[in-house]
Amino acid sequence: MPISLHTPFETTDLLPLKSGDQVTISGIIYTARDTAHKKMTQLLEEGKELPLPIQGAVIYYAGPCPTPPGKIIGSVGPTTSGRMDSYTPAMIQAGLKGMIGKGKRSLEVQRACQEQKAVYFATIGGAAALMAGCVKSARVIAYPELGAEAIYELEVENLPAVVVDDCYGNDLYERQDQLSSPS
Amino acid sequence: MIKTIHCNEIIQAVADLCLQANLELPRDVQNAIEKAKNKEQCALAKEMLEQIQKNHSIAKEQSLPLCQDTGTAVVFLEIGQDVHIDGGLLYDAIQQGVAQGYQEHYLRKSIVSHPWLRTNTKNNTPAIIHSEIVAGDHLKITLAPKGGGAENMSSLKMLTPAAGVEGIKKFVIQTVKEAGPNPCPPIVVGVGIGGNFEKSALLAKKALLRPIGSRNPQEENARLEEELYQKINALGIGIQGFGGNTTALAVHVETYPCHIASMPVAVNINCHVARHKTVIL
Ligand code: SF4
Repeated sequence: MPISLHTPFETTDLLPLKSGDQVTISGIIYTARDTAHKKMTQLLEEGKELPLPIQGAVIYYAGPCPTPPGKIIGSVGPTTSGRMDSYTPAMIQAGLKGMIGKGKRSLEVQRACQEQKAVYFATIGGAAALMAGCVKSARVIAYPELGAEAIYELEVENLPAVVVDDCYGNDLYERQDQLSSPS
Repeated sequence: MIKTIHCNEIIQAVADLCLQANLELPRDVQNAIEKAKNKEQCALAKEMLEQIQKNHSIAKEQSLPLCQDTGTAVVFLEIGQDVHIDGGLLYDAIQQGVAQGYQEHYLRKSIVSHPWLRTNTKNNTPAIIHSEIVAGDHLKITLAPKGGGAENMSSLKMLTPAAGVEGIKKFVIQTVKEAGPNPCPPIVVGVGIGGNFEKSALLAKKALLRPIGSRNPQEENARLEEELYQKINALGIGIQGFGGNTTALAVHVETYPCHIASMPVAVNINCHVARHKTVIL
């Protein structure tokens, strides 16, 4: 049975999680990709307020398809998280607690997760219709001019994910590497 | 006998393909995923394959694209030499069909007009068109939307003949290993060997269109496919990089004669959303 999590996250929600655990995430999450991250880290540097409540927040690295008429949102699967690596430690420092995406993170991000007690989750790349089905409401809250790359506030129910980087410095992909490389 | 096909018919056919290709996978890909699920030893990977299948059903029921990255529209044309195109230019009709399909069907537009100036063209054109003149009076159009994640992990190397088949294997394995979880495994691996620089890349891309489970008719090539398939799945990357014994659904090898001095090898990786759809006019 997957562990069910509700946003916003408290440190105590995240401490029991171990890399490789299956979870479901419910509550409010925010989408942001490269450009939105660039803008937000700039705001942080200038000491300005972010367009989303960052304390305990969960960011989903995703840019949805256009919303067809009568639907809540278009298909919305994860994008490659590594492109956000350079911005992430500052976001975690500011209070970000969870990230959802796909693929490996840098050592800096893994270290920030360990030090500040944040968690990086992966969802299935390419399972974008399934993810859209977990979205109960959606609205753009910042940077509408960015189209698919705008920041959306999504209310999700039981979004399936897997813990990749936990609060203890464990990384799911690294574990697989060690298991599989004979030389 | 010359057969006349009107551009309007082509535009409509291409626009329809854009939607169909993005909503439903070819049967052979679906079967390969089912087979992988039944074989999978790792519980987490099995669960991921189930979620992938659930995604297929939701996409179909809800008419939502399988993946939000609805890709670059790659179009393969087989033009019978007894076909006459009426009402405009063939390539213009293809581009118009792609623009119409992506706009009308709420597919994501992922094409920018210049590699570093990066303004979105807002209708997913231009498509990338490959055409071939063949015998007959038909026009065969295949649309293969190709996502950025998997395309970015593809690679090409100009090996020298001294590297031999061992060098080829090493390069293919290394490319897949370095790609790790990024191309959304389980993947389909297209390998093009020989020809020249651009020919090898095209062979690799075309190899992705072959039905999964098919073998190259040439014995040595088929043997290489089997060996690469075993070796790649022994890497343990697994579904989404979470481990297990399914990393590749298939490895397809295509070869072509080449220059005495060269041995180009291209590896084109496709994700599990291995989309393509064909229509014959
Ligand atoms: S690689 Fe394929 S499955 Fe993954 S995000 Fe891109 S198109 Fe989707």
